[in-house]
Amino acid sequence: MNIHEYQAKALFADFGIPVTKGQPARSPDEFKAALAELPDGPVVVKSQIHAGGRGKGTFKDGYKGGVKICKDRAEALDAAKRMLHNVLVTHQTGEAGRRVKTVYFNEPCDIAKEYYLAILLDRATSRPIIIASTEGGVEIEKVAEETPEKITRVTIDPACGLQPFHKRKIAYGLGFTEKEDLKQLDVLLTGLYRLYWEKDASLAEINPLVKTTDGRIIALDAKVGFDENALFRHPDIRALRDLDEEDPKEVEASKHGLSYIALDGNIACLVNGAGLAMATMDIIKHFGGNPANFLDVGGGASEEAVTEAFRIILSDKQVEGILVNIFGGIMSCQRIAKGIIAAAKTVSIDVPLVVRLEGNEVEEGKKLLSESGLAITPADSLKDAAEKVVKRVEEARKG
Amino acid sequence: MAVLVGKDTRVVGQGITGTFGSLHANRNIDYGTNYVAAVTPGKGGQRFEDKVPIFNTVRDAVEKEGANTSVVFVPPPFAADSILEAIDAGIELIICITEGIPVRDMALVKDALVKSKTRLIGPNCPGIMTPGECNIGIMPGYIAKPGKVGVVSRSGTLTYEAMYQLTQLGHGQSTCIGIGGDPINGTSHTDAIRLFNEDPATEAIIMIGEIGGTAEEEAAAYIKEHVKKPVAAFIAGTTAPPGRRMGHAGAIVSGGSGGADAKIKALKDAGIAVAPTPSDIAETLLSVYKG
Repeated sequence: MNIHEYQAKALFADFGIPVTKGQPARSPDEFKAALAELPDGPVVVKSQIHAGGRGKGTFKDGYKGGVKICKDRAEALDAAKRMLHNVLVTHQTGEAGRRVKTVYFNEPCDIAKEYYLAILLDRATSRPIIIASTEGGVEIEKVAEETPEKITRVTIDPACGLQPFHKRKIAYGLGFTEKEDLKQLDVLLTGLYRLYWEKDASLAEINPLVKTTDGRIIALDAKVGFDENALFRHPDIRALRDLDEEDPKEVEASKHGLSYIALDGNIACLVNGAGLAMATMDIIKHFGGNPANFLDVGGGASEEAVTEAFRIILSDKQVEGILVNIFGGIMSCQRIAKGIIAAAKTVSIDVPLVVRLEGNEVEEGKKLLSESGLAITPADSLKDAAEKVVKRVEEARKG
Repeated sequence: MAVLVGKDTRVVGQGITGTFGSLHANRNIDYGTNYVAAVTPGKGGQRFEDKVPIFNTVRDAVEKEGANTSVVFVPPPFAADSILEAIDAGIELIICITEGIPVRDMALVKDALVKSKTRLIGPNCPGIMTPGECNIGIMPGYIAKPGKVGVVSRSGTLTYEAMYQLTQLGHGQSTCIGIGGDPINGTSHTDAIRLFNEDPATEAIIMIGEIGGTAEEEAAAYIKEHVKKPVAAFIAGTTAPPGRRMGHAGAIVSGGSGGADAKIKALKDAGIAVAPTPSDIAETLLSVYKG
């Protein structure tokens, strides 16, 4: 789960990580009051969306730049008015872009040098890792590829936690040697690690981290993501979720315990198990089709959840055929069959439907479907199912 | 026996008195798996299905019933605690079926595992089965038959796919291991392949991976160096878009790593036969292994 920059900055402040002074505003009425909280003079106005590349982005109405440095409050007010409720397109949002519902006013600072700092899970060691680089404000992947020597990595034993030597290693890696700098970095790293660990973050990233001309080390941007499996113990974090930043179909699916991701193809799939769901997409492509979605109904899906799954995949108007692929381990084929029959009664399934069932209670499931009178093409194997659905869709197109 | 589990495995079920756990524990018992104890704090002294004694602690199950293997069906908020308890009780092998354990909890579990002699399989996995002898977890028993092919997979239902394809072509399995789809797991592809490689009852190996992480590349390097037995593989997620988590917490292509193409290339470079589709996994193995 991701949060907005202004929310992340508020968390940073709670954990003692220095940030520039900032105020969010959600409506033009709030602009003046928010600006009054900041010192008079230049203001940075930042669009709040869950995507990178805001500064270089362009709004749908042609207004350029989702982040503006304004010389005074009047200019900031103008910029905020242009941004609010406007749709910002960046290299990460795709063509549809994202609607800006919050603008964030920030006090600017004079930057002497930019750095990169992040904490995330290192899968190779199953431990938290701190990644720091002397190249701030650019993508870390690019730095890793072109100048890996500029990156310092420190993995942390989770049972011992962050130790002073870890912090020294990062500081020296970033080229800091002055006592005052080390002291500032110590506080900042302690806060960032505590935030990462105590709040079950999956990523805590500062890009750029800056040293100002007056010697302060500050987080100029803040990006924090959280482990969704741990939200049960963080109601405060869960409350920061912005559903408008997520695909409405994915949100609806997750309410029913379904894992759904929209893709741009025309053959929908409904599968149990994430690996099999991916493999089903792959085999559709292999036989010349194009998957419309990833959909894992999981092991414990109820009949209602299966009906909901059909409703969601059919709400995608590009869908021209459906492939149901179930290999029941936890899942009973009988339950899936009942779900399909119930779905057909409430949602009109007007595209070819190919069903492959295997696993627990497979005979009962197949019998239910064949006696249902529904126009279902049964398939014996995954290959058979994929070939059939691609063929049926082609036939339907030809009429 | 094949690897890790067999006729002599003495299972303690943690969290098998709940609806989900009891359903699958009963199926495992029907298969012939030897459940010697159950652990549900507060229910010590009772019996599971009027037969299996229930204890309050794993240590009791070890001391009184000689349990050496544990299966964990405990819900996510409490699962890590159950695993840590089993490690503390000296259980040799823990199989954790639970899906949705926080990464932070697993980081601490991994640390405890490294400092112990216990092996963990999972979490978020279908379990482990030595056909004809022992089935622990949620794999359907009828799709397997005893034989000589070792199967290891991150995905549950793709494991079934491979097992069933083998069985239909007349080839049984030595042991099937579902290692789970989480970013932190107890047993890696490489660990499982090392076990199969050293097991005289296993003649050939199927490895099923998916996008995310670099575990498949590491396994490929190990196979290239150490394994003479025929190996076939399949990688799921060729069509998955980058930056999106595909169901499994671990299945995500990020920062240019974890993509299917790089994994397939590493496997092919190591001389492993890679199945073009998930429907050809067994046939691909049989193109390099005559049985």
